[in-house]
Amino acid sequence: MAIRKVLGIETEYGIMLRGAESNPITVSSLLINAYVSSLARQAATGPKASATESGNKVGWDFEDESPGCDARGYAREGAMAPEVETHLINAVLTNGARYYVDHAHPEYSSPECADALEIVRWDKAGERILARSIEAAAEILPVGQEIVVYKNNSDRKGNSYGCHENYLMDRSVPFARIVAQVTPHFISRQIYTGAGKVGTESPAMTAERVPFQLTQRAEFFEEEVGLETTLKRPLVNTRDEPHSDSQKYRRLHVIVGDANLAEVSTFLKVGVTALVLAMIEDDDLRGLDLALAAPVPAHRAVSYDLSLAQPLELASGQSMTALEMQWELLDRGRKYAESRGLEAVGPEVGGALLDRWEAVLHALETDHMSLAGQLDWVAKYQMVAGYRDRHGLAWTDPKLAALDLQYHDVRPSRSLYEKCGLERLVTEESVVAAMTNPPTTTRAYFRGRCLQKWAGSISASNWDSLVFDLGSDPLRRVPMMEPLRGTAAHVDRLLQACETPSELFEALGST
Amino acid sequence: MAEREQKKKQSPTRSDEVVEAVPAPTKQGEKLKAELDELLDDIDEVLEENAEDFVKGYVQKGGQ
Repeated sequence: MAIRKVLGIETEYGIMLRGAESNPITVSSLLINAYVSSLARQAATGPKASATESGNKVGWDFEDESPGCDARGYAREGAMAPEVETHLINAVLTNGARYYVDHAHPEYSSPECADALEIVRWDKAGERILARSIEAAAEILPVGQEIVVYKNNSDRKGNSYGCHENYLMDRSVPFARIVAQVTPHFISRQIYTGAGKVGTESPAMTAERVPFQLTQRAEFFEEEVGLETTLKRPLVNTRDEPHSDSQKYRRLHVIVGDANLAEVSTFLKVGVTALVLAMIEDDDLRGLDLALAAPVPAHRAVSYDLSLAQPLELASGQSMTALEMQWELLDRGRKYAESRGLEAVGPEVGGALLDRWEAVLHALETDHMSLAGQLDWVAKYQMVAGYRDRHGLAWTDPKLAALDLQYHDVRPSRSLYEKCGLERLVTEESVVAAMTNPPTTTRAYFRGRCLQKWAGSISASNWDSLVFDLGSDPLRRVPMMEPLRGTAAHVDRLLQACETPSELFEALGST
Repeated sequence: MAEREQKKKQSPTRSDEVVEAVPAPTKQGEKLKAELDELLDDIDEVLEENAEDFVKGYVQKGGQ
């Protein structure tokens, strides 16, 4: 049986300082520092704040980072030295997330979540953390300077930054099978995962031919499979860095998606992909031959096709639209649910996931504008096209590009996404709680609660370990190689019983 | 493919929706149009001044 799909999502945010010349790395550091420092102040002065917010800066532990390992079975010596600069700000938050500077962008990596609805909540919490960071930075910056942050993937000038998804998989599944079977899903899922973009950044295209497209990112993918993430980006990324027991697990690192603001888009992007991967793991997609004749051009073709009607040529010689491919996958998903159940994607959300998937495909087929309240690209298209009609503008008018950018502004007062009023799947109250509290269902719970309780005694943290400094003794490392251990059910009683980290180690040692 | 076509035709939810959809569109369409108008009225209030400079000035390098 497929293993439970433990999930994570990492977002690189676009960032700009207004009112002064600046270096994006410095501005990103300032932003994150401002947030972490504001938590410290809150912890020192706010009522009860110390119970849930920790201002102590806990550093990242780089011991197990290996971004140069390739899932196809080899490591690239020296070709990809870890691109991390350890002097940069690198914080671990009490919600179990990592908040740091990566490639000149502020990045929020969600805590490990056990289903797609949790991903929606902790991903949205990331947006709120960025918005709060901007407010904290405003208190430090000179008058006339302001940081603005966008949750998008492109600057409209040919530069892209990523939103990466992570899925825990059984190591025994042949990687070649994953590549062959997940690629058609990545290409066809764009019809509901796209965040929409006005115009094109491809030198081979013109705004006349592509006034608007479904995704932010499709034009930046040039290879079918590969290790790179910043140039010659591949549809399937082979980074093999499980952050868990490498004998048992693989972490599929998916770089092909857009950053979504729409909760329905995020829910389907991560939930359906988790289900497709579960089916691949159980070899239940065998016999469904959706392999594309030319995956990279097909990927772009889907992004460019607002009619959702363009047939894509399959390797078999047949052709199919992206929508038809998704109907085929849904059909398999329904059968999978009947024969094997939905344990792998979370039984609590699995049924809702299938129903939403079907409803969205149906609406895409019959009247896709009816999804303006659910999907990013439709909401953005409706807004931009409406504005264009009202003011009689050309598609190349900078005002429309400005609307596109501002859809992604993380400040609620400026965000056009907020103005569009899309459907929520989680309550705002639960999102605010998720800014400082970890999911209860994964090892992120242990990480987050330990940081809430004992940040002063934790010298470093990582996805798969916590390092404690107990004073006189050598540093003590708690390995967390099992993503589903360290949940509230496992450790809540233990953590409540221990007053100090020394007591925790005594208790851990005695079990 | 054939299987999918068949499934679509057999699906009771789909045929129900087709029947119900006949009187609905105008009302729903009007409501949607009113909402869109309201949205478009609001946008100018929050839209960045000088769109051209705003778009030109937004440059992001070094992303994954």
